Amino acid sequence: MSTNILRAEDITMQFGGVVAVDNLSLEVNEHEIVALIGPNGAGKTTAFNCITGVYEPTNGRVEFCGKEIVESYPRGKMKKTYKGENAGKYSKRVVLTPDKITHAGIARTFQNIRLFSSMTVFENVLIAKHMRAKQNLFTATFRLNHAEEQRMRKEALELLEMQNLAHLKDEIAGSLPYGIQRRLEIARALATEPKLLLLDEPAAGMNPQETQELAEFISQIRDQYDMTIFMIEHHMDLVMQISDRVYVLDFGKLIMEGTPEVVQNDPRVIEAYLGVSEDA
Amino acid sequence: MSKKTNAIISAVLLVALCGFVVVLEQILPSTHIALTVLKKSCIYALVAVSMNLLNGFTGLFSLGQAGFMLIGAYTYGVLTIPVADRASVYQYYDGGLIQFAAPVFVGLIAAGIVAAIFAWLIGLPALRLKSDYLAIATLGFAEIIRAIFQWDKLGMITNGSNLLRKFPTFKSVLFPLIVCGVCIAVIVLVINSSYGRAFRAIRDDEIAAEAMGINLAKHKRMSFCISSFFAGVGGGLLAMYQTSIQASTFKSAMTYEILLIVVIGGLGSVTGSCLASFLYIACSEWWLRFLDTETYIGSFKVPLLRSGFRKVVFAVIVMVVVLFYRKGIMGDKEFSPARVYDWWQKKKAKKNAGKEAAQ
Amino acid sequence: MDFINKNLPYLLAGISVGGQYALIAIGYTMVYGILRLINFAHGDIFMVAALVFVYASASFPLYVSIPLTIIATVILGFAVERVAYKPLRSAPRMSVMISAIGVSYLLQNLALYVTGGLAQIVPSIPVISDSIKIGSATTKVVTIVTPILTIVLVLVLMQLINHTKIGMAMRAVANDFETSRLMGIKINSVISTTFVIGSFLAAVGALLYFTNYPSVVPTSGAMPGLKAFVAAVFGGIGSIPGAVIGAFIIGICENIIKGLGWTTFSDAFTFALLIVVLLVKPTGLFGEKATDKV
Repeated sequence: MSTNILRAEDITMQFGGVVAVDNLSLEVNEHEIVALIGPNGAGKTTAFNCITGVYEPTNGRVEFCGKEIVESYPRGKMKKTYKGENAGKYSKRVVLTPDKITHAGIARTFQNIRLFSSMTVFENVLIAKHMRAKQNLFTATFRLNHAEEQRMRKEALELLEMQNLAHLKDEIAGSLPYGIQRRLEIARALATEPKLLLLDEPAAGMNPQETQELAEFISQIRDQYDMTIFMIEHHMDLVMQISDRVYVLDFGKLIMEGTPEVVQNDPRVIEAYLGVSEDA
Repeated sequence: MSKKTNAIISAVLLVALCGFVVVLEQILPSTHIALTVLKKSCIYALVAVSMNLLNGFTGLFSLGQAGFMLIGAYTYGVLTIPVADRASVYQYYDGGLIQFAAPVFVGLIAAGIVAAIFAWLIGLPALRLKSDYLAIATLGFAEIIRAIFQWDKLGMITNGSNLLRKFPTFKSVLFPLIVCGVCIAVIVLVINSSYGRAFRAIRDDEIAAEAMGINLAKHKRMSFCISSFFAGVGGGLLAMYQTSIQASTFKSAMTYEILLIVVIGGLGSVTGSCLASFLYIACSEWWLRFLDTETYIGSFKVPLLRSGFRKVVFAVIVMVVVLFYRKGIMGDKEFSPARVYDWWQKKKAKKNAGKEAAQ
Repeated sequence: MDFINKNLPYLLAGISVGGQYALIAIGYTMVYGILRLINFAHGDIFMVAALVFVYASASFPLYVSIPLTIIATVILGFAVERVAYKPLRSAPRMSVMISAIGVSYLLQNLALYVTGGLAQIVPSIPVISDSIKIGSATTKVVTIVTPILTIVLVLVLMQLINHTKIGMAMRAVANDFETSRLMGIKINSVISTTFVIGSFLAAVGALLYFTNYPSVVPTSGAMPGLKAFVAAVFGGIGSIPGAVIGAFIIGICENIIKGLGWTTFSDAFTFALLIVVLLVKPTGLFGEKATDKV
């Protein structure tokens, strides 16, 4: 029995009068690949942002490795306008900034790639190592942390080699082809040494062959680093091929959860999502 | 070209520059404009590089530089005026509160530290703001600081709105050259360290930087304090250069001037800032001077030339740079012997290729 | 009551200067609303208006020199936008702001060159510079004229923005620059119109402002400009009524502080207010919140 690593409970995110995520509860177990699917605008990325601390959810809590990382309840003006459920259930406020959550072990990629575009591929990965370094400003400035800096560089380079990006290490990240930028973003996320990797549409804009490669790449990451992966994806082939479980979101609400086969054949899902996508 | 040769050649060039300055000081009379320009441009280079750390490398658009220079200048002045001269400087305030004089270097370092402390305090609220709001808030803080230093209730320390003077100054160009050189070298070390990378990550994409585990508040504050520390030291040096301190000289116009230097040099280029400071000071104080004097060629009076024309021409040049050479002299590149060598190699290769094609 | 009587002159001065700040602040807030640019040169355009008036009234009677001043200022505002901001439409916001600082530097130096560094005395406009007694205080007619004129101009402007085609285009561009371009709105002409209106109001503001402070130097525009900008932020940048209310509050507070004998801090107060507003309610009194999409 694998242990639970991420647990989100009753997450509701309301912007003004719009409920983007409505009472979403989900779980991710260790060493799993879990997919979150749903039509455009279903609130998938918003759910990610709530988990990673970019947004503070209006209501609900998130637990990671048994520790609470996010909890909130409707406050101020929201108290009156709150439309979601479980309004009185939470009364504590725990808000970690995204960097603290990354520190705790959740790394993520972004839907619209966010690389440090004026820096080199190598530097992009190296930055992720900054967080876990023991140096301080003084030792770093006067190069008293030489051993540590060397170790950071070595690790970053190893990571690039493993992802077959080493030959590009001195290229400017912003000038790389799209597919490689996506891979670099994943490599950069891995460099933060996470326990859980959140991928926001990793296959967006990729052709079938690239998608196939990506599928292998993701499975490989899971086995190589003993990683847990939680991803948002539109490419059904990719989702069906590699995920262990699938959550389906529609209009902010969770409509079902199950193995890919079950989800694929469920009429509700076909109605909400797959039907539309097959017509398209 | 290897890294080592590059470093050696750079070092040789720097030593040669110092040697050249020493020789220059021997040949030229001590009041020669070239020496004045060199002194001032060293100080401006330091302040510009410190501003570049913030605006060019961390992407924080701050316009508080003049305020931090003012703090530095006052700290230096207040701490280093010889005890014997205090009575005459603080004539309206019974000789002032402080009755000791610190050595020059202690004064300069204190100038930086006090500026950095103020920066830390100001940063607590201001750094939560984004882009142009940060700019206007820091500009506002600089104005508030200026008002506080002119407040006569603090006259026991700051001498109110009267001049501070009689503190130790420097004569040789070598002094600001070496002090500023060392300071700039430290800034370069910061930029090339792991923290410098974090700063640049914040500049490129705050959200991604945060997702990489970089604590935005902490790193922004760090950059702000480092920048202000060196602005403070620069302010102390500027006080030494001007031989007197008055709060009303540190207006927002001074910040704009430094910002324009940074832009002309290239946001994100240390060597660009240094080069631009020299060009800026040399043009405004020396090379364009002729535009300010009425000139006759034979009996023909050259039109337009009269007092103030230099600044107009200068402002036009600045606008041309801002509009058409947006990247400035250096862009975000650095000048180094290796780069020059590469460029030369490339040019040679091109020339050879051209020759071969001709044959 | 005693407090009011004692501070009446300051209160009146505050209302007067507040109205003048309001006229400048509208230029800031409209430009910021559309271009997201702090037009640092706006204060200098205000200063140039005063200088033009000085030179124009040296050779023309008032009924010529006043319209001439306004026309020249409007042309200047238009030209600044075309030359210094339009080429940078697709550049990062920082570049445009730097360009604005460059324009400010250029205008100040030009003024320095033209005036030869001497303070110029702005000729007084009859009627509005006459003295008048209100309660226990003696003041100039301009004190009464300014708030009235300001409010009338703002009402006209609001009509223009809410009920005309160009006004609708302005609101659309302020809301979404790219989409309005796709909808066929000629954004360049909308932006030019914004600058024209802003400069017009700045010119009117200058004529009123320099009735009270009749000497103009090249840096005269910097402080009123910054304060007007603070007023715009205070009221919620992008909102015209907000800018006007903010300007009156700042003008009045500043003069009361002067009245209390804290003249050194009257400028500092404005900025302290700005910082407090930015921290407590970054969107100002009437501003709308914008969220970044991740």
